[in-house]
Amino acid sequence: MPEKPIQGEKRVFMTGNEVVAWAAVAAEADIMYGYPITPQNEIMHYWTRMLPKYGRRFLQTEDELSAGFTTAGGVLAGRRAFTATAGPGNTLMQEPLSMAEAMRLPVVVIVQQRGGPSTATVIYSQQEVTMTTLGGNGEGLRVVYSTATHQELFDYTIKSFNTAWKYRFPTFVLGDGYQAKMRESLTMYDPASRGITMVPTEPYVGRPGMPGVDREPTHLRNTYNVEEELFEVLEQYLADYAKAAPEIAEYDAFDTDDAELVVISHGVVSRACKEAVKELREEGYKVGYFRPITLRPLPVDQLRDVAGKAKQLLVVESANGQLDRLIKEAIYGCTTEMLSLFKPGVGITTEEVVARVKEIKG
Amino acid sequence: MSVQPAMPKCWRVESKPHKFCPGCGHGLVLKALGQAIDELGIQDKVVFGCDIGCSLLSVDFFNVDTVQTHHGRTTPVITGVKRANTDVIGVAYMGDGGGYAIGAQHLVSAATRNERITAILVNNTQYGMTGGQMAPTTMPGQKTETSPYGRDVNTMGYPTQGPEMVAAITQEGAYVARGTVANIKQLKGFIKKALENQMAGNGFSFVEALSTCPTNWRTNAEDTWKFVEQDMTKYFKVGEIKVPGPREEKEGQ
Ligand SMILES: Cc1ncc(C[n+]2csc(CCOP(=O)(O)OP(=O)(O)O)c2C)c(N)n1
Ligand code: SF4
Repeated sequence: MPEKPIQGEKRVFMTGNEVVAWAAVAAEADIMYGYPITPQNEIMHYWTRMLPKYGRRFLQTEDELSAGFTTAGGVLAGRRAFTATAGPGNTLMQEPLSMAEAMRLPVVVIVQQRGGPSTATVIYSQQEVTMTTLGGNGEGLRVVYSTATHQELFDYTIKSFNTAWKYRFPTFVLGDGYQAKMRESLTMYDPASRGITMVPTEPYVGRPGMPGVDREPTHLRNTYNVEEELFEVLEQYLADYAKAAPEIAEYDAFDTDDAELVVISHGVVSRACKEAVKELREEGYKVGYFRPITLRPLPVDQLRDVAGKAKQLLVVESANGQLDRLIKEAIYGCTTEMLSLFKPGVGITTEEVVARVKEIKG
Repeated sequence: MSVQPAMPKCWRVESKPHKFCPGCGHGLVLKALGQAIDELGIQDKVVFGCDIGCSLLSVDFFNVDTVQTHHGRTTPVITGVKRANTDVIGVAYMGDGGGYAIGAQHLVSAATRNERITAILVNNTQYGMTGGQMAPTTMPGQKTETSPYGRDVNTMGYPTQGPEMVAAITQEGAYVARGTVANIKQLKGFIKKALENQMAGNGFSFVEALSTCPTNWRTNAEDTWKFVEQDMTKYFKVGEIKVPGPREEKEGQ
């Protein structure tokens, strides 16, 4: 039995990609399938360096279609399998992830967003929100965690395996190029030492016994003959998703109760927003902070509550309104004024958020 | 007493009669595969993947664990299963469109990596399920819905020689053959060897099966057999193309 990768707790200073690799090892992930794309490459680099020591496996595939489908295969075989990608790779990954949705396969995908559309930049954006939450042909029956810090990259990479295997929906950790490449301190830990039990995995295919004799054979499919047959399956899936959504949804917020304006953001941009709200409060502005941690499902009730109390909402993102659209849908019917600070493919600083709020407030 | 044609033991009786058109070759290829599985006694080990295309109709054909995937993606799904659980015997079953067009990169890469899986590709010279369009294997001059005047080799090239390509790019340990539904006994032998090759952990195993599609060929029984036995074999040579064993050292290399 290979030793535990992390004994108890450990304070470290490392890049986000390294954090993800460590988290996957700590989460007892068995196998990674991947195809190189910046800025996620080092997840594979660190994983492949660690795997002999901890008895894990890796396959470098011919493209992201294959990386996604082989990951689905790994899950079908009952392994805690994952992959990582970005940008145009994420685009290709939507095809296998559609199948994972159709078959309820707990595939875990780490996305380190880069600029888009197309190959764009290899650096940073928040432009993969729409694709990651709603990509593929279907209804977007998936879970997306948007991380803001290296600590969260560690925490939510571990959590993503448990969410995926508990609810059987494909699960994403949505990071970005900044998180992937910068160094930051965090505490790594053995999940068990914090009372986190890894949800056990089980094979869909290749179970013991003679199929047709000792047990029913597994006949998994994603093709249906008639509309009603598909509708029946989807009705069940949608009901399962609706039931799970409030249990899965997470958010972070402060100063929203008396706020006239609430700043809404996600991922690393929320770090700038958090600082901005604190500064503005000190200057006497009645501002609040709200950040959905799950972009799918969104914390809809909490969002509606916050939106109902405030006079204005300011959505800040490194995209041209991808989060904004999700928020508008979630709070549909609410008449609170919606304002924005959109910088597609570019980072956002505290100063810019402060300036935008002051511009609004006059 | 009436003599029943032998039905492979691993066939799923509940799903018979099967869903393929009358005269379709898919049923015959699956019969050969079923017999091979029976003879090897591996029904409890096989994980069968089928593609989109008429092969998807085989999702509940056998009493073996099955996953029906996307068009062209059966090879990576079975690769993923096999890499994660080396005890299973992975079979990727697809059409010529699935293997030589949309999924060609996966076939090439699985062959190059010598994946320990068995791929079976049904060559019926066109796209069956979508209604008879041109495929990579459509023969020169053959009329299909998207080559209504016959395949023009000047613009569309010649039919893909799949097994020959796989043989050329695989290393030692690979098994490659082309069989035909016109000779089921031989086809079963090839498929059995392909499975044994995987069981021995040698390398990639690939069998192309020449097959019939009377529905889209618009042929009667007689013409169907003529097409598969005479016309197709002009371009697609039946036989073993590569068997495992040390590669010959070529002089001067
Ligand atoms: C991504 C994608 N593109 C296209 C299709 C439509 N499609 C379904 S079956 C098929 C062709 C199948 O032909 P082949 O692989 O030769 O198998 P056959 O039906 O002849 O057995 C196509 C193009 C699809 N399902 N998915
Ligand atoms: S369309 Fe052709 S390949 Fe498809 S089931 Fe009918 S005969 Fe078989």
